[in-house]
Amino acid sequence: MQPYKNKKEYARYLLDKLHEEAKRPLTVMEVCGTHTVAIARSGLRELLPETIRLISGPGCPVCVTDDLDLDLAIALSRQKGVILATFGDMMRVPGTSSSLQEEKGRGADIRVVYSPTDALTIARENPHSQVVFLAIGFETTVPAVAVTIEQAIQEGLKNFSILSLHKLVPPVMRALLEDPDVRIDAFLNPGHVCTILGVEPFRFVAEEYGRPCVIAGFDAVDILEALLMIVRQQNCGQPKVEIQYRRAVRPEGNEVARAYMDKYFVPAPAVWRGIGEVPGSGLQLREEYADLEARKRFSIKVEPGKRVKGCACGEILKGLKLPYECPLFGKACTPMRPVGPCMVSSEGSCAAYYRFGRKKAGVVR
Amino acid sequence: MCLAIPAKVIKIDGNKAEVDFGGNTREVSIVLTPQVKVGDYVLLHAGFAIQVIDEKEAKEIYEAWEEAYAALQK
Ligand code: SF4
Repeated sequence: MQPYKNKKEYARYLLDKLHEEAKRPLTVMEVCGTHTVAIARSGLRELLPETIRLISGPGCPVCVTDDLDLDLAIALSRQKGVILATFGDMMRVPGTSSSLQEEKGRGADIRVVYSPTDALTIARENPHSQVVFLAIGFETTVPAVAVTIEQAIQEGLKNFSILSLHKLVPPVMRALLEDPDVRIDAFLNPGHVCTILGVEPFRFVAEEYGRPCVIAGFDAVDILEALLMIVRQQNCGQPKVEIQYRRAVRPEGNEVARAYMDKYFVPAPAVWRGIGEVPGSGLQLREEYADLEARKRFSIKVEPGKRVKGCACGEILKGLKLPYECPLFGKACTPMRPVGPCMVSSEGSCAAYYRFGRKKAGVVR
Repeated sequence: MCLAIPAKVIKIDGNKAEVDFGGNTREVSIVLTPQVKVGDYVLLHAGFAIQVIDEKEAKEIYEAWEEAYAALQK
């Protein structure tokens, strides 16, 4: 952006170019919750040419956690002698009949941690309790959890385990591309997931499905620049994986981090809220380490409860609907009283629209 | 949830480093970025450095992060 005095001027230039060059209809899915927030906040949707439609995908690990998996976490937190450690975002996510927040109110020992290693500290300090870390997160977070597991093993901590609800981004992108109801012409790829993965795991998007795929940073200018890269790929008919977010993403990703992931985890089927089971899109501990999996350690069964009714999160996570097309949006469902997970996490599509797009959603004057 | 914040490494002790971001210091793990040196900038996620970045990059990412963070606090 050298020739431009400031970001604003550069953004103007990018918008002009987009209006000039984006002649064909183009539906772009942003796969990352942080992008969803940046887009909603900057009001970008309004400024783009009409040919470009931005849809939000399953890009927030909190929002895609299935309600039945949450029920399992809740059941674990009710076990005597169990301390459940979790990232704060999970506290208010509704399961089929309760949330971790409610359980905590009823006396369950649930602690919010910032890092998985904080859960290890809790385990060391409470040798007579079993500490379960609720392991959610995409590839950005998995290596940190893998290192934590290694540390637990090295220290011989017998009272630490994880409930692995990790999810992988490339397999769900494939599932969306295969879904006949979903139409996606290109992807804005999640920046920090790619900090770990690099470009290789996304090549199939361009090579097998012929769709452009650009790894984008997190401010409005980054997103505009990435969209222009997508439009240009479309115009010259040469889809590929490109990196716009060079500041933090190397083509090879972080090999050390990936080696940690592979050492402790193998891909497994996983259920995504509203999308269903996607083969190979989750992670489970390798057999050698399986005794660190809470499902195994506690052999808890949960009865499948009734899923939340009326919530359109599933369709929103597939990009079939925008949040204000959900009848509950802003009425029965608000960030204070969320019905679905997309309204709970600050990066959920519904919460982002509620916070930044209320006007457009017709909820306020 | 995949947000990552840039920070400067001010001290290294084995697998751990003390980092500074915007005047706050914190201890983080550098197991995932073994190449990191004192004075380098890193991207932090969940208590771990996940990538080494250069200073100018760090500043730009920090600004974007501050904006996003401010927006979320509203
Ligand atoms: S507005 Fe609430 S109920 Fe509707 S889709 Fe979003 S989270 Fe679900």
